[in-house]
Amino acid sequence: MESAESQTESGAPGPVSDSLVASDLTPHRKRRLVEGSINGVLFLCGLVSVLTTVGIVVVLVTESAGFFREVPIVEFLTGTRWSPMYSDQHFGILPLLNGTLMIAFGSSLIALPIGLGSAIYLSEYASENVRKRVKPALEVLAGIPTVVYGYFALTFITPIIRTIFPGTGIFNAASGAIVVGIMIIPMVSSLSEDALSAVPRSLRAAAYGIGATKFEVVTRVVVPASLSGVAASFILAISRAIGETMAVTLAAGATPRMTLSFLESIQTMTAYIVQVSLGETPHGTLEYRTIFAVGLVLFVITLLMNLLSQQITRRFREQYE
Amino acid sequence: MTGERFNPRLAARKRNGTIFKWLCFAATIFGIVMLAILLVDVTSDGLRWLSIDFLTRYPSRIPARAGIKSAILGTLWMMGLTAAISFPLGVGAAIYLEEYAPGNWFTRLLQTNIANLAGVPSIVYGILGLAVFVRFFGFQRSVLAGAATLSLLVLPVVIIASQEAIRAVPRSLREGAYGLGATRWQMIRHQVLPVAMPGILTGTILSLSRAIGETAPLIMIGALTFIAFPPTSPMSPFTVLPIQIFNWASRPQADFHDLAAAAIVVLLVILLAMNATAILLRNRLRKQL
Repeated sequence: MESAESQTESGAPGPVSDSLVASDLTPHRKRRLVEGSINGVLFLCGLVSVLTTVGIVVVLVTESAGFFREVPIVEFLTGTRWSPMYSDQHFGILPLLNGTLMIAFGSSLIALPIGLGSAIYLSEYASENVRKRVKPALEVLAGIPTVVYGYFALTFITPIIRTIFPGTGIFNAASGAIVVGIMIIPMVSSLSEDALSAVPRSLRAAAYGIGATKFEVVTRVVVPASLSGVAASFILAISRAIGETMAVTLAAGATPRMTLSFLESIQTMTAYIVQVSLGETPHGTLEYRTIFAVGLVLFVITLLMNLLSQQITRRFREQYE
Repeated sequence: MTGERFNPRLAARKRNGTIFKWLCFAATIFGIVMLAILLVDVTSDGLRWLSIDFLTRYPSRIPARAGIKSAILGTLWMMGLTAAISFPLGVGAAIYLEEYAPGNWFTRLLQTNIANLAGVPSIVYGILGLAVFVRFFGFQRSVLAGAATLSLLVLPVVIIASQEAIRAVPRSLREGAYGLGATRWQMIRHQVLPVAMPGILTGTILSLSRAIGETAPLIMIGALTFIAFPPTSPMSPFTVLPIQIFNWASRPQADFHDLAAAAIVVLLVILLAMNATAILLRNRLRKQL
């Protein structure tokens, strides 16, 4: 029975008439048909994620190609003026890149030490009770929408900065950097804590055995041993800061500028994309296409950072297996 | 050589350790203090405007008459449609990867791809949605275009969470089902999915709560801010709470800032309710296993 069935199935469908196939649908064959089609449908679900990536790449590359036909790619990557909306048009992305890197740098100054510090505390010092209460609070911090952080920067952090440094404008890089820093603390903290907790007990015990204090065990054994995991969390957090949009749009301003002063208004790549899509720029114009070119740069930078972080994590895993 | 004695300097080393411990403690507290300040700041700014009228009025140019009815309804529409699209797709992909996928290069590519998509900035999804859903598929600036974009955005999170829930189902259940002659799909449908469902739902709700806080992708696809009517179909133009908040917060007048704060309180309450549901489900799951 079993062999006969598989034979009809693998045999050429040509000579078998339709009515015969229909009447031949024994429960067993019907089941195989169902099983096969379910496999196919589920495969298509998985395929959607690949299509998403393909879609992102195709859209960014084809629209940017139209842009680069009119603006030389060298001018785009090395120009120091960005003014697509003015009559004196310039398409140098460096001011936007500069703004983005300032936010990434400023927020790292806050989030990396504080995030690592809290990861060390939670992994090495805190009691189970404290950990159980603190971690959900950090999760809440991570779950607050970015537009809320933007509001917080604008109405709380900016006034404080302007009191300390009178003459600072409403929009300044410092406010955006601080709030993005607060936003990415939970990410650094939770990923670093995973890395610290994964360091085997035996390493700590050995260090205690030769007379190290807890401080020395933590800073000279545990942190160095988990360095790659910590580094991976740092890179992911910086990548997140680079892609962050709403908080910097609200707080850091809309002035593309080659500056290093955190008290000036700047513009990030993400904030520029938002600015164009809020405006009335007609579809298909060169000005409109800038968002795809800027988006492509943003996508490539964050993708490279994520891949780097994965690469580091993979090596780290092999270390103690 | 013999004259030198080892000096452990234990007191100084212990003191360094204590200072370090308190610094780390301060770092831990910093995040929580910031969270508290943020919540107090927003609530105190927005409390004045919070009322039933605020929830049931449409936006207005006059702060005292402004409300968030269209934004709340838009957010609910967005939540429902995004769930309807991302849940079946995400769970389907997770089942495929955990139960069906052969261990070949393509499966590895799928898995790596999903991990990478989770790290793509949300505004890039907005660019994709604008080009594909708004223009190519001709959805225009509709709820459907927004929900489709947000679905792609949360899909990696839904898939990864569902995969973890499915992986946690004990092997014995699967073996038992096979032993009784079940096919693979019967085994998944009647054994794996019921056990994994609380975990899957928890992950889906958490990712949806991320979706309804998203602003940038919806600005990209052209959500409007001045909508004086509720969405009536998936093809209606729409606004959502985060867009309304962004619009009010970016105006110079203090009254609009306070309106933004009031809308933030409403948004945070919705998010809190969703997170509480997810935690309840998670606890039920723990009891079961």
